[in-house]
Amino acid sequence: MATAAVEVRDATKRFGTLRALDGVSLTVEQGEFFALLGPNGAGKTTLISALGGLVRPDSGELRVLGRDVAKEYGAARRLLGIVPQEVVFDPFFSVRETLELQSGYFGLRDNRAWIDELLERLALGSKADANMRSLSGGMKRRVMVAQALVHRPPVIVLDEPTAGVDVELRQTLWQFIRSLNASGHTIILTTHYLEEAQNLCTRIAMMKAGRIVALDSTERLLAAFSERVLRVKLDGCGLPASLAAGSSVDATGWHRIPVDGAAQVEGALARLREAGARVAHLEVAEPELEEVFVRIMARNEPPAKAAA
Amino acid sequence: MTRGFPTLFRKEVMRFWKVSFQTVAAPVLSALLFLVIFSHALASRVEAYPGVGYTQFLVPGLAMMAMLQNAFANSSSSLIQSKVTGNVVFMLLAPLTPGDLFAAYLLASVVRAAVVGAGVILAVALLVPLPLPNPLWLAAFAFTGTGILGALGIVAGIWAEKFDQLAAFQNFVIMPLTFLAGVFYSVDSLPPFWQAASHANPFFYAVDGFRYAFFGRSDVSPWASLAIASAAFCALSWLTLRLLRAGYKLRH
Repeated sequence: MATAAVEVRDATKRFGTLRALDGVSLTVEQGEFFALLGPNGAGKTTLISALGGLVRPDSGELRVLGRDVAKEYGAARRLLGIVPQEVVFDPFFSVRETLELQSGYFGLRDNRAWIDELLERLALGSKADANMRSLSGGMKRRVMVAQALVHRPPVIVLDEPTAGVDVELRQTLWQFIRSLNASGHTIILTTHYLEEAQNLCTRIAMMKAGRIVALDSTERLLAAFSERVLRVKLDGCGLPASLAAGSSVDATGWHRIPVDGAAQVEGALARLREAGARVAHLEVAEPELEEVFVRIMARNEPPAKAAA
Repeated sequence: MTRGFPTLFRKEVMRFWKVSFQTVAAPVLSALLFLVIFSHALASRVEAYPGVGYTQFLVPGLAMMAMLQNAFANSSSSLIQSKVTGNVVFMLLAPLTPGDLFAAYLLASVVRAAVVGAGVILAVALLVPLPLPNPLWLAAFAFTGTGILGALGIVAGIWAEKFDQLAAFQNFVIMPLTFLAGVFYSVDSLPPFWQAASHANPFFYAVDGFRYAFFGRSDVSPWASLAIASAAFCALSWLTLRLLRAGYKLRH
């Protein structure tokens, strides 16, 4: 079996009494597009920081392509590219200088061709010689992506790369990251935009209070925790009793009727007709990761125990 | 040391060079102002060493004081800025070793100090006749003295979490110690208590030794000064490397 792209075994980390990582174990295989989800404060960024050596775990083992991030930090960091969550930059330098310096930190002397390609792929070509200070927030974020990729790491971690970023950049960015994944790079992503994770990632881990509370393929998570539903809004009448089982209604009057496939949609509509209900609005909603997320987080309430 | 070291060193030098008006020209100007004021006020009254006028005496001390202060300012301000703005993560994510960080920040401090020191001495040489210094003593004290402050700047930059903490360190530790390092007078002329206090100040040996390089005279034997300054440099380097290895306040 190929070496795992990322292997975390029993990682723990406390900050004072807060258990930021409470026994996290996780394996991400090479070539995966993997999502790490969870509410704020769940420990996602701590886990990512531990991979990059920014945080030193109290116990446990973390490896990037088989290299221990503490004992073989040089090798591990060459294999890993992290795009941090906060927008940070050095105001003393231009975009190109920033990328050349970052290359140099990795011991790469002549990296011009790859830097040019990164600038072009991230639509930064026209800003190559602009000072970092003069860039917009979205552009600074793109430079950070380029900085993380400057040493061509096979494993790439993006910590909320699209937070506060406009639609166009989001699309350019995902196009680029997808192409990197297609060419064999392993991608690990955290995001609060769950539809992004649903569309991009083949496997998902959900974290809460420093623990992994769900870990499975996107498909299986959707199948287990979400369902296709028929949503209807009726004109001046209630839902017929024959459809009441498993259905619910929200404050705006939309009824949710679970349906498995097209045949059941047909059946439900037939029953509405039979009952003489007048349908004002109708839609079929596909399973959503958001629902999975909400259910999994609710199921794991409340693990908030203080550190002993 | 890894292949990343030269880049980090170059970056640290570029960083101050890009704003050299502020990091080089300004300290040269303030040293010149000190020289003008003190020599005007005191030149007629004091002769530091036989045959060495007060203005001449003042030059190496002022140059060294500016060098010490700028060596400290370089490493400490670079680190605190990277920490406060957060861009330090990109350096920490790279496979640079603690030795790389130490050497790059330290040597960049030494380079800035050397540029400032050269600026002061060359500017003054136009006004005050100075003997040609002994290059070996000059280099030895320039390196150990600014090395001490470069290392101390790394420690302060790592320790401080806010700019005002660093400013406090600079105003309450670095400024008094550099001002009281025998820059403006020969410590032999001081009352015994202040003489002893000066001898406990490691920066005094850097100033005294640096002056020896010019005049062949000093309050303390240059060999003793070099030994003490080197010991202080080694101790601080050891401490700095330990902090960097432990990831103190950098890796949490």
